Amino acid sequence: MSAGSPHGANVTKEPSPRLWPGDIYDALKRADVKQVAYVPDAGHKELILQCQADRDMTAVSLTTEQEGVAMLAGAWLGGDRGALLMQSSGVGNCINMLSVPVHCRMPLLMVVTMRGEWGEFNPWQLPMGQNTERVLHDIGVYVQRATAPDEVGQVVYAAAQLAFSSNCQVAVLLSQRLLGFKDWSK
Amino acid sequence: MTGESSGTMDRRAVMRTIVAHRGDALIVTGLGSTTYDAGTVDHPNTFCLWGGMGAAAMVGLGLAIAQPDRRVLVMTGDGEMLMGLGAFATIGAQRPPNLAVAVIDNEHYSETGMQATHTRRGADLAAMAKACGFAASETVRTEDELAAAAPKLFSQDGPFFVAIKVNTQRYPMSIRVRDGAYLKDRFRENLLGAERAFF
Repeated sequence: MSAGSPHGANVTKEPSPRLWPGDIYDALKRADVKQVAYVPDAGHKELILQCQADRDMTAVSLTTEQEGVAMLAGAWLGGDRGALLMQSSGVGNCINMLSVPVHCRMPLLMVVTMRGEWGEFNPWQLPMGQNTERVLHDIGVYVQRATAPDEVGQVVYAAAQLAFSSNCQVAVLLSQRLLGFKDWSK
Repeated sequence: MTGESSGTMDRRAVMRTIVAHRGDALIVTGLGSTTYDAGTVDHPNTFCLWGGMGAAAMVGLGLAIAQPDRRVLVMTGDGEMLMGLGAFATIGAQRPPNLAVAVIDNEHYSETGMQATHTRRGADLAAMAKACGFAASETVRTEDELAAAAPKLFSQDGPFFVAIKVNTQRYPMSIRVRDGAYLKDRFRENLLGAERAFF
């Protein structure tokens, strides 16, 4: 298979045993999300490909997660709904920038894949992963969690409704258990 | 190195020259002096950031994607831009044709005691923007160069970057509306209409 894909990402589309990334995509479409900002994460790989391929969405690769918080503030000013995809380590990069949507009462939907919890092999992931939920609460972001594969789509859609109907900031944390143990021999 | 800028222009004169060309463009300003300057020429199509240092260029990108038929101009300071330099690479990769970024560069952090920024020490923002894929970029130092660049901020194919060198003259903070929720609602209602803005 060719390595070519939108934005030059050197990833190939492979059959995935996971259905929930597609459920997140469907939830974003139902919620009329037009701009998707992301810092890549293995858990979001399929979802990013789907968003890149969608002509009604603009998928923007960021250098750091806080750029996405600012970008989606601009999207909302212009009438677009957005979603921000990241890994839990990226939440720490966002904290001060979150004061923009929190103070301005702009909706923000974050979909965060967790590290540093279920079966984590890398101890450097634990300080941020174990404190992700607390620091989000501390800055004023509502936190919802999806742990079972069949609930992911519903949780993301409900979070989108909450964010866009109430002008609030909502993060969906996707438990590391959804991804299972990472096989580092590959 | 403190208190001196290589620029000679007056920041409020620069602001007035630029907004004279704005037409129906949408403007985002970055926190600090640039937002205060914008407060002296306030407009419902301007959204002024009072926080989120480093946000301005990326707010402009999201707005430019959402409003592809409208011109979007980001105006911010050198310190604010330096805090969000990754935005150059992100905007350069995305290449929004309707976005321009103007940095009002006094080479100092004027709100915090006039410490020198990296542009005072040689960092070249226009070269960085160009290297990151902006369609064009330039540095403006004189009134004549500004007169030539100002209309291009609203017409030249983007992403277009201009660093505008100004002196370190400080002005009283123009304390106008600074509630972000109000500024957001005002901007959205004016742009989208009340029904879409508040539905």
